[in-house]
Amino acid sequence: MKRDYVTAFFALIGTFMILYILLPLVVIISKQLLDWEMLSKALQDELVLTALRNSLITSTATMLLSLFFGVPLGYILARKNFKGKSFVQAVVDVPIVIPHSVVGIMLLVTFSNRILDSYLGIIMAMLFVSAPFTINAARDGFLAVDEKLEHVARTLGATKLKAFFTVSIPIAMPSILSGAIMTWARAISEVGAILIIAYYPKTAQILVMEYFNNYGLRASRPISVILVLLSLSIFVILRWFVGRSKQ
Amino acid sequence: MLEVKSISKDWREFRLRDISFEVKKNEYFIILGPSGAGKTLLLELIAGIFVPDSGRIFMDGKDITFLPPEKRDLAYIPQNYALFPHMKVYDNIAYGLRLRKIPKNEIDKRIREIAETLEISHLLHRKPETLSGGEAQRVAIARALILEPRVILLDEPFANLDPQTRAKLIQEMKRWRKELNFTALHVTHSFEEAVSLGDRVGVMLNGTLIQTGDVREVFSKPKNEEVAKFLGFENIIEGIAEGRILRTNGISIELPIEVKGKVRIGIRPEDIVISSEPIKSSARNEFKARVLAVEDLGSLARLTLDVGVIQLRAFITRSSLIEMGIEEGKEVYLSFKATAIHVF
Repeated sequence: MKRDYVTAFFALIGTFMILYILLPLVVIISKQLLDWEMLSKALQDELVLTALRNSLITSTATMLLSLFFGVPLGYILARKNFKGKSFVQAVVDVPIVIPHSVVGIMLLVTFSNRILDSYLGIIMAMLFVSAPFTINAARDGFLAVDEKLEHVARTLGATKLKAFFTVSIPIAMPSILSGAIMTWARAISEVGAILIIAYYPKTAQILVMEYFNNYGLRASRPISVILVLLSLSIFVILRWFVGRSKQ
Repeated sequence: MLEVKSISKDWREFRLRDISFEVKKNEYFIILGPSGAGKTLLLELIAGIFVPDSGRIFMDGKDITFLPPEKRDLAYIPQNYALFPHMKVYDNIAYGLRLRKIPKNEIDKRIREIAETLEISHLLHRKPETLSGGEAQRVAIARALILEPRVILLDEPFANLDPQTRAKLIQEMKRWRKELNFTALHVTHSFEEAVSLGDRVGVMLNGTLIQTGDVREVFSKPKNEEVAKFLGFENIIEGIAEGRILRTNGISIELPIEVKGKVRIGIRPEDIVISSEPIKSSARNEFKARVLAVEDLGSLARLTLDVGVIQLRAFITRSSLIEMGIEEGKEVYLSFKATAIHVF
């Protein structure tokens, strides 16, 4: 058989991309493991722990909010045709094209002191930049649900809302959850907007910056590693759960 | 029972025009039409998924035109069956009963009963994606019938099945009807389903219901050329079968297979042989008939023949027509082989 050079070539270029993503991860983690003392010190640092807790709480709250507001919107976008639908769809995608520092400025200009340096401010910044993932994933999930299933559920006696919760939601669930996980991941990795709106209460991603600015690379490394490991493991576990529920 | 009065609706490329008919209690009503005639849209209007542009739908005299689907007490089985993929077969069938807050043990009892009748007891723990087409169809029917709806709406229920499964399900449908006693509105493009299952039939072409009536009547007296063309001029005879003999209005017809009870049979006009003298042959069904009408179709002629109380159509070549001197009122002999008969 003739060898498939095209595939081999593509795989070769692709490998560079994968290595490029993996290399810094491996380097920072292994360097930190050699510097065990700093890592354990960081793990006992009250400031670090509080910041990690703040990051987890705010990004999880953001994910729940994005589900509450995003799922109904995704359903409408999947099922209904209306005037201005493409405008609505475009608005959903707007946060992706705005630089995150600008998002922070915009929110601060709009809501000023009410959101400055507060949990609310952090969550609002996160929601703005990360909600599109949940909305779009929910829309795609509902698009894949055959409308006939909802119709049949109705004739079997379900109200529209009941059919939504017993048929559409369960079938679209894997897609919705994948979107929610992306929202969570995007939220916990948000820096730009938070930096502008809420320097306090301190989140881990801001703390990394602060340590870097004040004490340099070595000081900011342990908390970076902790944040990376924590986010990655939660991300991987959630993805694994969703993948399993798909089968 | 279910009454549709002058329904019209435009939706995408489909247009329904002034459709009226009635389905009576315990009746099996078939709407027969080619694909694209708007049959599915009509069912969806009756199910309440869409609202007609004009016209009314009544159930037992009550106007249900604008009621939501869940308040109509109808069950709809779409062409792809629409089983809920995230639920096991058992939960699919239980869906409607659970919404009605029926006690758990009662639900369980009713599911076991209907599963036995429909022969799906062994499938109850399976997920829909593992079912064959025929099995999925049985489950969809069970899910609808368990609610004892006033009417079940079936959209091309046997269209996606292989010929054997289809023939088997059609026969079983007759049995289920006897056992479960339901009212059905069934839309199909299949002439065979209409003759096998229908009590009455409506022929729908281009969004209009052109002719409604008893199955035998519609087939033997198509209202116009369009209907006749679509139905394909088959002779349909109805009678009581006893072994290999079908008796109808005093005449007996020998059948190719043994059957029992009320059946319909079909004979194609081209399988009927006309002669001026009786042909002595034991393998043939032979009757004396009177020519009621002769239609000239070019090289062929179509005869309408009166055999006592039934009318049959037959083709004859133009030359035979002249040779035998066939004209209206003349007595002839018609015969056909038992093997040319299709028992529905």
